[in-house]
Amino acid sequence: MDKNRVVVGMSGGVDSSVTAYLLKQQGYDVIGVTMQVWQDDDPERQRLEGGCCSLYAVDDARRVAQMLDIPYYVMNFKDVFRRKVIDYFIDEYTKGRTPNPCLACNRYIKFEELMRRAHAIGAYYIATGHYAKIEYDEHLRRFILKRSIDDKKDQSYVLYTFTQYQLEHTLMPLGSYTKTEVREIARKIGLTVADKPDSQEICFVEDDDYGRFLAEQRPDAAKEGYFVDTAGHVLGKHKGIAFYTIGQRKGLGLSLGKPMYVVDVDAVNNVIVLGEQDDVFDDSLIAGDLNFIPFDRLDKPMEVTAKIRYNAKEVPAIVYPLDDGAKVKVVFDRPQRAVTPGQAVVFYQGDVVVGGGIIERAGRKPFCNDI
Amino acid sequence: MDRKIYMDHAATTYVKPEVLDEMLPYFTDKFGNPSSIYFYGREAKEAIEMAREKVAAAIGAEPSEIYFTSGGTESDNWAIKGAAFAGKKKGNHIITSAIEHHAVLHTCQYLEKLGFEITYLPVDQYGLINPDDVRRTITDKTLLISIMTANNEIGTIEPISEIGKIAREQGVYFHTDAVQAIGSMDIDVKSLNVDMLSLSGHKFYGPKGIGSLYIKKGVKIDQFMHGGAQERNRRASTENVPGIIGLGKAIELATATMPQRREHLTRLRDRLIKGIMDKIPFVRLNGHPTERLPGNANLSFEFIEGESMLLSLDLKGVAASSGSACTSGSLDPSHVLLAIGLPHEIAHGSLRLTLGDDNTEEDVDYVIEILPDIVERLRQMSPLFAEREGELKNV
Repeated sequence: MDKNRVVVGMSGGVDSSVTAYLLKQQGYDVIGVTMQVWQDDDPERQRLEGGCCSLYAVDDARRVAQMLDIPYYVMNFKDVFRRKVIDYFIDEYTKGRTPNPCLACNRYIKFEELMRRAHAIGAYYIATGHYAKIEYDEHLRRFILKRSIDDKKDQSYVLYTFTQYQLEHTLMPLGSYTKTEVREIARKIGLTVADKPDSQEICFVEDDDYGRFLAEQRPDAAKEGYFVDTAGHVLGKHKGIAFYTIGQRKGLGLSLGKPMYVVDVDAVNNVIVLGEQDDVFDDSLIAGDLNFIPFDRLDKPMEVTAKIRYNAKEVPAIVYPLDDGAKVKVVFDRPQRAVTPGQAVVFYQGDVVVGGGIIERAGRKPFCNDI
Repeated sequence: MDRKIYMDHAATTYVKPEVLDEMLPYFTDKFGNPSSIYFYGREAKEAIEMAREKVAAAIGAEPSEIYFTSGGTESDNWAIKGAAFAGKKKGNHIITSAIEHHAVLHTCQYLEKLGFEITYLPVDQYGLINPDDVRRTITDKTLLISIMTANNEIGTIEPISEIGKIAREQGVYFHTDAVQAIGSMDIDVKSLNVDMLSLSGHKFYGPKGIGSLYIKKGVKIDQFMHGGAQERNRRASTENVPGIIGLGKAIELATATMPQRREHLTRLRDRLIKGIMDKIPFVRLNGHPTERLPGNANLSFEFIEGESMLLSLDLKGVAASSGSACTSGSLDPSHVLLAIGLPHEIAHGSLRLTLGDDNTEEDVDYVIEILPDIVERLRQMSPLFAEREGELKNV
């Protein structure tokens, strides 16, 4: 493999375009690749303008590649994306959990499959437009992941699954820039995508309407059931557990005289548990599917700041190893709202990403054990 | 990337300078609409008729049997839909093969939705259609047989002379997609008993966007393009005059130089196939060893993904393909390779190199030189290959 050759995952957006530009400036032999991951068979719906995988992204990315004078390819990732991201997304929802498909996409599609295909064409590195920094720590003799200098754009949360091998073979030049600076660079070099809005929604779900997507993909996931309160009293009918997530208040279709929140999704009994504001708060959680970056495994309690979803604020917490390190218990220094199974909890120490895992359950006792 | 080698002539060819020279005046000075009565129009019309004669001469047809179209795809669509619609009182059955170009296959699938019945004949391991299968499949409802002259992916030349004979005996129309064959093999529609034949300019050093359908005199098919009275009232649309002129010149050149081309391409092709197969293990040649287009080499490399191989070749300046250009965007395994019995994983590792007039021995040797390293590198990354190597060492 050629250490000077890098495959840049190009979405046609500002971030990946500037990434390709910066690496070319640094003298790398840059190859642009757009991953074709999802294609709606219905042409009417191919206008999907979601994040990185919109079909129109290919046209934008191709123009950018031409402008930067780099080779550019569209690679087919449809099979692996279907298996590792969409099926996972649907399975998790049907289990009553709330998945983060971007995390799965990074982990399996970009840093496994794209990396494999990059190596296949001789590239030592892949690069992405993520806002996070990869460094080599001489003292630890390991690669470490740090948050971006731009707090508002920092994407290190979705990158905690990085292995040492992946870090060694990944470049993320944008971690040292602010979004404003990146847009500035884009404008300076005449990229027409400079003002394209940031993508937010899940790329394969139109209008962010998960419920409809799930009902279409797996009709049995939309099986009606009951809302109950924390004492087990039936409050009404729900449309199917996939339509609800922990902490949700709107769209329940009930009028109960006081604000009620989803506090638990019980897939086994097809029940949604509603509670009051206080019931949505937890002081701890249990997480599995762990990954740590500065070390291989956690063998003693560790003080961190923890983040329980992409947009959550970090809070001080202590992480305790459980089950010989296979799981952790995370105890927050103050209760957290809507601890949601299926989402990732990510740990930091200062700017360094220590690692993270997938939330299995909140630390409190489950409601309605006796149903 | 210093060296650039084009080995994808089955996808398209460049336009020969002689062809372009003949076309140019028809963009500027001689720009008239052939339907116009005045001098400009007559000049264009006459040039079209000259071109029609050249196309007719190249395939042994009468000029009045040649209709210009926008290319191979339109010709295929016209022939098949036209015969189906015109014959629907008589029957509803069409016979084709599993390895046709998508212009034929997708047209047939469309007709299936409209209620027509389609038989997709299988092929043997070399991609050959058995004429007896054609004979056995014909019923009194059969309207049309559409079998390609030579396959675009694996280069296999089909026994269309025998199929034409059967069709004629049974009174069924016979269409052949000869897009890949023109310029590479002798085509005589009369002796082949062909009723309709599709061809396309950009496969033999003519321009893109121009093709032709031969329709034997007396063959009744519905019109496909409706509008004006062009092409003797059978194909509406203002004629693509420069394209038609280019097509005429290109087919004239292609047929005049065919013996030299065949000799040149066959020599290079055999050198290429032998060079690759001698140097790289676990390779198989797809298509027929001898009954194949002179410029076509299609090889499957076990334990490899075609996509990575193509991109690696591209980065070394070699333009190749893994199947037809129309499907390379999707990189789903080729329907042709699956039809000749390749398992999915081997079909995925296929490479099509199609040679052209300007390729040289040096080009071929360059590919033979760089390909083993690429294949070796990709195999080193394959867990399946590691297993196989392990097995071999243990034996």
